Amino acid sequence: MVSDTERHATYLDPILERHGFAATSLLQVLREAQEHFGYIHADAITYLTQKLKLPRVKIEGVATFYSFLYLQPRGEYRVLFSDNITDHMLGSAALMNQMCQQLWVEPGKVSEDGLVSISTTSCTGMCDQGPALLVNNIAINRLTPERIVNICELIRKRVPLSAWPAEFFAIADNIRRRDILLDSSFESGSALNALLARGSTETLQEIKLSKLRGRGGAGFSTGSKWEFCRAAHGTHHYVVCNADEGEPGTFKDRVLLTGYADQVFEGLTLCARIIGARKGFLYLRGEYRYLLDHLLVVLQQRRDKRLLGSSILGCADFDFDIEIHFGAGAYVCGEESALIESLEGKRGTPRNRPPFPVSNGYLDQPTVVNNVETFAASSLIALRGGAWYAAIGTATSSGTKLLSVSGDCERPGIYEYPFGVTVAQVLADCGARDTQAVQVSGASGVCVAAQEFTRRIAFEDIPTAGAFMVFDHSRDMFEVARNFVHFFAHESCGFCTPCRVGTRLLQNMMDKLARGNGSPYDFAEIEKLDQLLLSMSHCGLGHAACNPVKDTIAKFRPAYDKRLKHHEFEPAFDLDYALSQARQMTGRDDAGAHLGESK
Amino acid sequence: MSDKTFVLDGKTIPYAEGQTIMQAAMTAGVYIPHLCYHPEFKPHGSCKLCTVKANGRQAASCTQLAQSGVVVESNTGELNDERRALLQMLFVEGNHFCPSCEQSGKCKLQATAYDLNMMSTHFDHFFPDRPVDASHSDYLLDFNRCILCSLCIRASRDVDGKNVFGLAGRGIKSHLIVNAASGQLADTDFTANDKAAQVCPVGVILKKRKGFAVPIGQRTYDLNPISAMPGVKQD
Ligand SMILES: Cc1cc2nc3c(=O)[nH]c(=O)nc-3n(C[C@H](O)[C@H](O)[C@H](O)COP(=O)(O)O)c2cc1C
Ligand code: SF4
Ligand code: SF4
Ligand code: FES
Repeated sequence: MVSDTERHATYLDPILERHGFAATSLLQVLREAQEHFGYIHADAITYLTQKLKLPRVKIEGVATFYSFLYLQPRGEYRVLFSDNITDHMLGSAALMNQMCQQLWVEPGKVSEDGLVSISTTSCTGMCDQGPALLVNNIAINRLTPERIVNICELIRKRVPLSAWPAEFFAIADNIRRRDILLDSSFESGSALNALLARGSTETLQEIKLSKLRGRGGAGFSTGSKWEFCRAAHGTHHYVVCNADEGEPGTFKDRVLLTGYADQVFEGLTLCARIIGARKGFLYLRGEYRYLLDHLLVVLQQRRDKRLLGSSILGCADFDFDIEIHFGAGAYVCGEESALIESLEGKRGTPRNRPPFPVSNGYLDQPTVVNNVETFAASSLIALRGGAWYAAIGTATSSGTKLLSVSGDCERPGIYEYPFGVTVAQVLADCGARDTQAVQVSGASGVCVAAQEFTRRIAFEDIPTAGAFMVFDHSRDMFEVARNFVHFFAHESCGFCTPCRVGTRLLQNMMDKLARGNGSPYDFAEIEKLDQLLLSMSHCGLGHAACNPVKDTIAKFRPAYDKRLKHHEFEPAFDLDYALSQARQMTGRDDAGAHLGESK
Repeated sequence: MSDKTFVLDGKTIPYAEGQTIMQAAMTAGVYIPHLCYHPEFKPHGSCKLCTVKANGRQAASCTQLAQSGVVVESNTGELNDERRALLQMLFVEGNHFCPSCEQSGKCKLQATAYDLNMMSTHFDHFFPDRPVDASHSDYLLDFNRCILCSLCIRASRDVDGKNVFGLAGRGIKSHLIVNAASGQLADTDFTANDKAAQVCPVGVILKKRKGFAVPIGQRTYDLNPISAMPGVKQD
């Protein structure tokens, strides 16, 4: 008789073999294993403990960390609506409601026949073409009530995803402004040829001369990072491309990987040659699963042209290849040390630093982690020289920056500008009117009000990882901030006390204000929380978690004031609100089911 | 004067190469509040109670290496205020009913809260639903009190070589799990002799049938405040 565990061997063995039975591939194995039943069966975990020689607590710990992995049955069709503020502005809440009603399922639950589950997920990176959703991890954009009707029909008839109309899955690039990077007609191998002609040390000098700074947010000097890593001792060196792109409102890395993947991979290969790495990773967010086939083709083409693999371009000592690893719904894995943990198949918890990845990264070896755009830019620099690049942009922010523009404007999409462009210029170019505010660099960035639109996009003024969300005067900036606060609470990894508990306290406070139960006392509390998170959090997520609230309180105070019920202390306990669960259970909403001041 | 010293709240502290600020301070008999640190295990750096300012910059002293000449502030009004807020967070996150807890008087969370003059929990309680695991014949797990310090995880993994405990979930849903498909301690290889049975700083991992052997009022931290005993291990 076949044991319960061995029943899972049939589909798990090929997956395990493909990954060489390596414990470091646990996350990848779990993702692929899940594709079988739509969730990870308890017996499958038992089988994996044997084959990967990992304790059960480890596997369950990983499986429960990532939003896209499930240990309980989900629907055959798992629908996740993107929960970013830009999706909401385009009507996502009503569309989700419509779908829930049409398919008779409550949000967050599985339908009784096991057919479908509907829930929300953090920003899926489709803000220029929302509202967006993922169905079994594949993106569908530009949702309308009609499209929802069609999707419900397909689900009800159990039509396999592969037979759904192709136009549902169409994803536009929406490139609106091109500059040196997007304009380049990059030729495969040209930057590598330049590197071999010039020499590694000399090319590193060019990268330093270019003053290129990381495009993932922190803006660290790329040349210095590569130099540190090159000098660090280790048995192996690694290159990692950070394509986690989890910051709400950011989608430029998706566009780069769609149209410029060759140039990005060439950047990784350059870096590998310079630091002496033989292996590289592309850490791709799970939301971009649909890009996999395309990326595999590009990688194969590069191998065929001897731009990857062994003896690259005929150099006997130049071996390098790139593996694609997927994330599974965890924003914190964009933080470089959490990303490395995730690459090693673990929970995405940021490490204690120092030591930094340049000396102690993947498998404790020297590792460069750079953003997708950083690698794309480095290819250009290797080709055209550091001085050329440094002359573009401003003195301390060289080159160009890709902005992911979304929200209230006529032409959302990707805009490439030399650093130093004003917010006003971007607004004019994208056709924004009556603009109240712009959230630059996503939830963890800054909220810029109208009187500041002359400020510039640059590390020395408004630094950005690329998001540029536009809000006109019809928008409630309190709700914008509340959306971001929910995002941080959902994405906190839970490792450190201040962020794990603090983000939830902040969420409760914002929800209390939203219910109209706020008091000035709450502002002092928010101020205190902000201080605490800044002072004591373990990583950038916790440091930034209060930013949206602080910014909007400072700049859009009326949006908060109108929610204050009393101008003194107001208890968080609200009798009528406390009864809401009972009302839902009994299906009542009449006057007798309310107590106190009903709203 | 030796090269290898730093200054902690005005006091010169010697250190050995590779020591953290916490280790050096403890060796010198100076107390820095802490919960997830334990001298016998690899530092974790998660509770953040030990946060100090080293040359003006916040750092967890249990993971920050000591460096020559660094000026460290720890016992300041500002830092202690923030530590108190962290303690309050830990109290509201779980369910802590100290008067009925077997660990009362020898609990590090309680003792640290007393020591830092925490008068109330300040924040609204979360009242999470955390079932107790009484499956094991000798030990009880009362998860209501877990502060996710991971000491039991480290002890089981690094000393007992067993991996009885682990962390699951994310964010506020982070929680402790045990190594069994059933999720029950009885189905793990946990025993009363495990190091992991002795390290919990609060009252989660409790020995059955050994209630209140030392009367309340005469327990470790009833006799002396936790800050007076920087190096003392739990009883
Ligand atoms: C919470 C958090 C999330 C992050 N997410 C990303 C991300 O999605 N992509 C990225 O490139 N960098 C992200 N970063 C920044 C990385 O830690 C790291 O600085 C960056 O990948 C380095 O590459 P760069 O120098 O090319 O910018 C994140 C940082 C934090 C704290
Ligand atoms: S700040 Fe938040 S995300 Fe970062 S380590 Fe702490 S809990 Fe995790
Ligand atoms: S059970 Fe105790 S030792 Fe283990 S994590 Fe929780 S509080 Fe720490
Ligand atoms: S004791 Fe240092 S972070 Fe917990």
